[in-house]
Amino acid sequence: MKEYRGLLVALGVMALLTPIGLYLPQITKAGAAWGEWGILEVRKMVGYAPAGMEKASDTWKAPIPDYAPPGRENASIPEQGIHYLLSAFLGIIACGGGAYLLARWLTRRGSPPADRRQ
Amino acid sequence: MHIPDGYLGPPTYIATYAACAPLWGVAARKVRESLDARRAPLLAISAAFSFLVMMFNVPLPGGSTGHAVGGVLIAISVGPWGAMLSISIALVIQALLFGDGGITAIGANCLNIAFVMPFAGYYTYRLLSRALSSERGRVLAAGIGGYVGLNAAAFTTAVMFGIQPLLHMSPDGRALYAPYPLSVAVHAMMIQHMTVIGTVEALVTGLVVHSLHRSRSAWVLDRPERRSSR
Repeated sequence: MKEYRGLLVALGVMALLTPIGLYLPQITKAGAAWGEWGILEVRKMVGYAPAGMEKASDTWKAPIPDYAPPGRENASIPEQGIHYLLSAFLGIIACGGGAYLLARWLTRRGSPPADRRQ
Repeated sequence: MHIPDGYLGPPTYIATYAACAPLWGVAARKVRESLDARRAPLLAISAAFSFLVMMFNVPLPGGSTGHAVGGVLIAISVGPWGAMLSISIALVIQALLFGDGGITAIGANCLNIAFVMPFAGYYTYRLLSRALSSERGRVLAAGIGGYVGLNAAAFTTAVMFGIQPLLHMSPDGRALYAPYPLSVAVHAMMIQHMTVIGTVEALVTGLVVHSLHRSRSAWVLDRPERRSSR
């Protein structure tokens, strides 16, 4: 794992910087990305809520919606940053862990002999 | 670029899941055949990396936001099929845990961000690398690859949004799902991605390739001629 140390450190530094990605749009008062509006915003923009969209918009209740615990959307600005930061580390663990297990499983099974010797 | 639930009608999201399923299968087989076991942890690093890159929202003129993906950089490291697997994992985690992108839209989002982007960008990079084989040339090729890959994904995403009013319209002329027609969706998405976000993606891709070249982690960048992904 020694050769991966530098990369892991880089990921950690990136994670520590993620609150920039939360605060920069807030400072400039930017809204949602194009095509990622909530149902209320769509209603405001087009004058009505598309029926299919309204029905499907709460298909899934994510446990940490928008990178913050549910109900904490209007938390203080520093608290939002902490939520965002924790989400970044949780994301590293979940994505890294998931992909690592998949990669191990794929390279173990039926890997060519050259790999097995290492 | 993460399509939420409710924006695509069932025919579109079912079709995109159906298109993704065999691609995930091929990706798994290609990775099994070609990825060195010692490089396997790179898939995990890649998934986490792209998750983090997508958290850096960039404000755009006109009051919306966007973000880079890192998809072409990942393809340069682990090949486009490896990129498909690792970015798909990041997208699934984003949808399930954080509600970023819809559950019904996972197939569509993976098709755009985890398939179209790494493939379009990676083959652009490879094509250009033949002419630009110096170190500086490779950096340039990687940056252009990032730009092309991101914009290709933005385009297919815009098309998915834009065909919804054609497919689903209630008798009173109201949209049932994503409300904007193709012309509006493509125009809005491409203006944002061809200017700001594409540039950010190109810079991230080029700068990371540049600094990796000079670091002890240069092995992360697989040489294209060594790969047998096709």
